[in-house]
Amino acid sequence: MRWPFCSGIDQSRAASAQRLRFLPVLVSLAVLSIAALATACGGGGNTSSSTTTGSPAAPGSIPSNIGKGDSANLTGAGATFPAPIYQAWFDDYMHNVSQKVQVNYQPVGSGAGVTQFTANTVDFGASDVGMTDAQLAAAPDAQLLPTVIGAVTLSYNLSGVTSLKLDGPAIANIYLGAIKNWNDPALTALNPGVNLPNAPIQVAYRSDSSGTSGVFTDYLSKVSDTWKTQVGASTAPHWPVGQGGQGNAGVAAVVKQTPNSIGYIELTYALQNKLPFADVKNKAGKMITPTIDSASVSAAGVTVPSPQYQISITNADGDNAYPISTFTYLLLDKSTGKCTQQTPLVDMLWWVFHDPVAQQDVKDEFYAPLPSSLLPRIEATLKALTCDGGSKPSLKSQ
Amino acid sequence: MAVTTSDRPNRAAGSMKNRLKPGDWTFTVLTSLTALVVVVVIAGMFFELTHDSWPAIKANGIAFLWHTNWDPAREAFGIGSFIVGTLITSVFALIFATLVAVLVALFLVEIAPRFVSRPVSYVVELLAAIPSVVYGLWGIFVMGVFIRDHLGHFIVSYLGWLPFMNGTPLITGLFSACLILTIMILPTVMAVSRDVIAAVPGSQREGIAALGATRWEMIRIAVLPYARSGIMGAAILGLARAVGETLAVTLVIGNSVTLPSNIFAPAYTMASVIANQFPESAGLHQAALIEVALVLLAITFLINALARLLVWKVTGGQRVTVQE
Repeated sequence: MRWPFCSGIDQSRAASAQRLRFLPVLVSLAVLSIAALATACGGGGNTSSSTTTGSPAAPGSIPSNIGKGDSANLTGAGATFPAPIYQAWFDDYMHNVSQKVQVNYQPVGSGAGVTQFTANTVDFGASDVGMTDAQLAAAPDAQLLPTVIGAVTLSYNLSGVTSLKLDGPAIANIYLGAIKNWNDPALTALNPGVNLPNAPIQVAYRSDSSGTSGVFTDYLSKVSDTWKTQVGASTAPHWPVGQGGQGNAGVAAVVKQTPNSIGYIELTYALQNKLPFADVKNKAGKMITPTIDSASVSAAGVTVPSPQYQISITNADGDNAYPISTFTYLLLDKSTGKCTQQTPLVDMLWWVFHDPVAQQDVKDEFYAPLPSSLLPRIEATLKALTCDGGSKPSLKSQ
Repeated sequence: MAVTTSDRPNRAAGSMKNRLKPGDWTFTVLTSLTALVVVVVIAGMFFELTHDSWPAIKANGIAFLWHTNWDPAREAFGIGSFIVGTLITSVFALIFATLVAVLVALFLVEIAPRFVSRPVSYVVELLAAIPSVVYGLWGIFVMGVFIRDHLGHFIVSYLGWLPFMNGTPLITGLFSACLILTIMILPTVMAVSRDVIAAVPGSQREGIAALGATRWEMIRIAVLPYARSGIMGAAILGLARAVGETLAVTLVIGNSVTLPSNIFAPAYTMASVIANQFPESAGLHQAALIEVALVLLAITFLINALARLLVWKVTGGQRVTVQE
């Protein structure tokens, strides 16, 4: 059988064979460019999940009037720090309240969370540092909502030392390389009775850019002018001294394996792994041990602004406030979200702030809850959210 | 994966003799399509990286390549120290891995009996199957501690008089990254070198042995010159892996933007800085990271071109093909 495309070959084989050798290559090139065009034109658009409007959940399985909404698949993306607690909430909500609401949260980082939220490719975003003014201008419909509080501890490895006390300037000078030895007068003055070794300080920091580095350097910028001018607050600062470990685990490993070292680690990680950490002097002049409670207190002493709750709570007022703490935020649509997605999402958030199961999750995962003084305002914010362009309130259960 | 030294296959003559039957035609389309996909992907990558990093290229200028002041908070971007870190670690790994790999390969092919060479080959090849995160964690918890407590002191006390060798051994640092990369690319270089050495014709060995050569003389005169271009090809493969390796290096290199003052100091590689900072980056910072990726791609191309040139010089124009 003769292949139709090749019918011309016999006539002028000698002359055209050379040319025809490249024919298949040309054909493939054409196919490829068409495919490339097709993907380029077909891309974009809303990739967020599909929704099916189904019957209400079985009444017997619902402990309250919450969550009688339609089933939904929600997607979110953003900060890695609160990912464990978000995962716990979403799982518990699905198991205890409504099996029809499934949430897929991707911990891709705060920066990516803001980008994806602004591009509308997710139903909600999450960010440890909130949004900058420029980012808010690009997403005018954004509503920030704090969920939990994170704190950063200074973990150390000093043989024979079981309690270490530090203050802001001392920490800044250690990370600037100005304090080089453990028996520096500035450190011995803070730790009377403690036998600090005459050994160089091995400084460890987070090499991956993270909200943890962001809040730590934000704190150092507040307590040290030298830090502020030389390094500044950043999720990826230019560290003057030290070695970088990747992630909490990386820093913890470096500290654990290096005698005479110090490194900063998230409170949740330090508590879970029972790492020793230092007390830090707060703005009121008291030495505070980082705990879930002292992290919560740091948010109680500040006036949280309306409507976006965006504020740094490092070096906060309050006698018992631990000074290196931060809010972590969800990014929500004020009015432009689709009701099919927004209603189940906001219903779930109401549950998050009210249900004992959800609040127990916070403690179990070693996060610090928001101070109770903030709750009425969060309720008001949730109630004010609308969907489908403002036509309906998002919250169904209230 | 195989490296062959061969003459150019006489493709033109083959296709002239046979008419383009449907099967041939389909096959040609299929193969050229797949080959083109590779070319298009690389070209697309270059285009996309250049396009996305354009704001940073405009803002940073050419000094981007040698300044060592990477500081996203101040929007200062210079990747000199990353390039230095990448080159030192990969060249170190290339030299030591190739040395060890060729010795292991010679042992397996020329010296070891079959019941030894089989399991040893298998174990070395198994090294390639270990995920890089495992290498990285092992690097911190085992190798790093060994360097800090033993190997580092040994090097300082015997080589400390050399300019770059005197420092305080740490768990994470340039030397840890060099060593972990050496171990990681060893199986690639070894496996290819072994196949190349095994492919040296037996008649060549017999000939030289018949002239009264010892085993070492046989290897030196008959085996190594014949396998040279293939071993170079193996080294290129290893180098490509070393330049691009990310996770294991990120875990053990110490990630410091400051130029390392000695072999034990913390340093940074280009792949590591992208892995570390990309997730939380935005705006000019992100564009600068994409520019790092672009430079990394360009450096990889440059290294490959140089390596091929080197092979060509060494083998006197003999053609080398590397297939992966």
